Amino acid sequence: MELTDNLLREAHYWMRLTRALDDRGTFLHKQSRIIGGFFSQIGHEAISVAAAMTLERDDVCAPMHRDLGAYLVRGMHPRRILAQFLGRATGVSGGRDANMHGMGDMSLGIIGFISHLPASIGVTAGVAQAFKLKGEPRVALAFFGDGGASQGLAHETLNWAAVFQLPVVFICENNQYAYSTPLTRQMRIEHIADRAAGYGMPGLVVDGNDFGAVYQATYEAVARARAGGGPTLIEGKTMRMRGHAIHDNMAYVPPELLATWSARDPLVRLELLLRERGLLTNTSLEELRTRIEHELDEAQAFAEASPYPEGSSVTERVYAQ
Amino acid sequence: MTWDQGLHGAVVSLDAPAAGGVTRELTYLEAIRDGMRFMMRQDPAVVLMGEDIGVYGGAFKVTQGLIDEFGADRVIDTPMAELAMIYAAIGLSFQGIRPVVEMQFADFISTGFDAIVQFAATNHYRWGQPVPMTIRAPGAGGLRAGPFHSQSNEAWFVHTPGLKVVAPSTPADARGLLISAIRDPNPVIYYETKYLYRSLKGPVPDGDQAVPIGQAALRRTGEELALITYGAMVQECLNAAATLEREGHSVEVLDLRTLKPLDEAAILASARKTGKVLIVHEANRTCGVGSEVAALIAAGAFEYLDGPISRLAGPDTPVPYSPPLEDVHRPAAQAILRAARDLLAY
Repeated sequence: MELTDNLLREAHYWMRLTRALDDRGTFLHKQSRIIGGFFSQIGHEAISVAAAMTLERDDVCAPMHRDLGAYLVRGMHPRRILAQFLGRATGVSGGRDANMHGMGDMSLGIIGFISHLPASIGVTAGVAQAFKLKGEPRVALAFFGDGGASQGLAHETLNWAAVFQLPVVFICENNQYAYSTPLTRQMRIEHIADRAAGYGMPGLVVDGNDFGAVYQATYEAVARARAGGGPTLIEGKTMRMRGHAIHDNMAYVPPELLATWSARDPLVRLELLLRERGLLTNTSLEELRTRIEHELDEAQAFAEASPYPEGSSVTERVYAQ
Repeated sequence: MTWDQGLHGAVVSLDAPAAGGVTRELTYLEAIRDGMRFMMRQDPAVVLMGEDIGVYGGAFKVTQGLIDEFGADRVIDTPMAELAMIYAAIGLSFQGIRPVVEMQFADFISTGFDAIVQFAATNHYRWGQPVPMTIRAPGAGGLRAGPFHSQSNEAWFVHTPGLKVVAPSTPADARGLLISAIRDPNPVIYYETKYLYRSLKGPVPDGDQAVPIGQAALRRTGEELALITYGAMVQECLNAAATLEREGHSVEVLDLRTLKPLDEAAILASARKTGKVLIVHEANRTCGVGSEVAALIAAGAFEYLDGPISRLAGPDTPVPYSPPLEDVHRPAAQAILRAARDLLAY
């Protein structure tokens, strides 16, 4: 799959928007306007945006708390996301769920995640199973992490997807740490993707900070799944550039490791490519950043003007009618 | 042969109910199968999933023959992976499928616990997406099946907001509640009682005869004492009530049928009418369904009571294997009689 100029321009917008929205969330948390937790995804822009961009409108994906880019690409408006962070009635969960959790909307093909990672990969396999049962040429894509890979469900689901040859793509975002736990405490192998062989599915390792690498690998996996070729496990190597959540100063991460990954910033790398192709100048970058800040100003104003849910509604919506 | 065959005495047959229409005499097990078959014929979105349920027909043969009629796409044999299975069922439900998942034994439902209590139960509350899913849980004891094939673990799910829990005690209810469970837009845990599979027969109305979730059934009316129960204990309580009647006592039996949401009106009506209540279940006592029933009565019928709200439940132990142990663990008519006589004499 060729990385066309238009594709890269679009990716640039989404990745810039993702980072700006992340920065906006951090800012609002520091001002105590966002209460509770906040999860920064800095460093994950390429992997979440690229994987989501390979999907068609009718496909379904299951992002996690560091896949803000995937929510945006799927069409979730920053207004709803900021209102969610602020606990407002207009937020994705209507104030029911916290920060990135429960930001599901099946009309956008987004499965809301729960804290019990990697729960969503099992649900996504079920969505893919429905596509297959109904004979629909649709694909489901799920994100999980290096921590979630240690859960029994990761094994059960990968095996399940392979046994039923489901049209599903698993993106493992290996970002080096699960909270404070480093990879050496999760596993004795170098690549999580190597486990794919044990399930009888293709497993690939890609540079998760390289938009093009993630896009091309995922594009092929999605096409194979859509054509009936079954599931794929893609491991994107990346780095969580902030703490687990905003309270975490991640003193446990060696500074030199952060420095190494800072030099691989996915957004900087995409912008370098855009400049090489003559698609980006200082001026056009400034214009884009200004445009995005305006979009987020408007979204923030919407969120802050939105009402909180009524306390008396606490028992509503436990059951579907 | 399955686990439960050869362990029972004579098959108990229930009298025909007053309901009109065509009825057939089915065992409890056949009624469950008939409910699945009815819903699968009616709604092509209904799909069964479980271990050994297709070609083999299920560990208890509940799904026997269904793969022949509906094919392997709708009667899906799965890997031994309850957690992935229930998560997959949630995903299926997001795409309009109505999954009916069979746990081989209710005991094994713990391996799928996260998917049920964390994901399925909370989903509609959190982001408004319903999870119409039925989990069949063959539960309870009396079959000399030991600690991991005899559990009555329904209280785990009764405690979980967002779930519904049903526990039919008759063939007609087994079929009718299964129809309601499959149609319900929420996750429903359907506790079927292995002990009754082949030991209980009864008339089952044909056609679209759903039994509403949330409604208890008064199996026998009486004035002096109410036995409030569910599952296999309903028959035990009816036997005890018949004995007590011969001794001159008027005892009623309320079959809860649905454990979540409880039919509070029916519970309070029984308690207010009789003034004496004995709650009976196989599940362990502590924080069992009986605890909640007792609390409801204490709060809503206190002034009508003529004796302490009493409970007869399995002791707080694993369910033991050896017959002398299990026979003490599992309430039966004799134990119910002793507790009932104490309360009547109070």
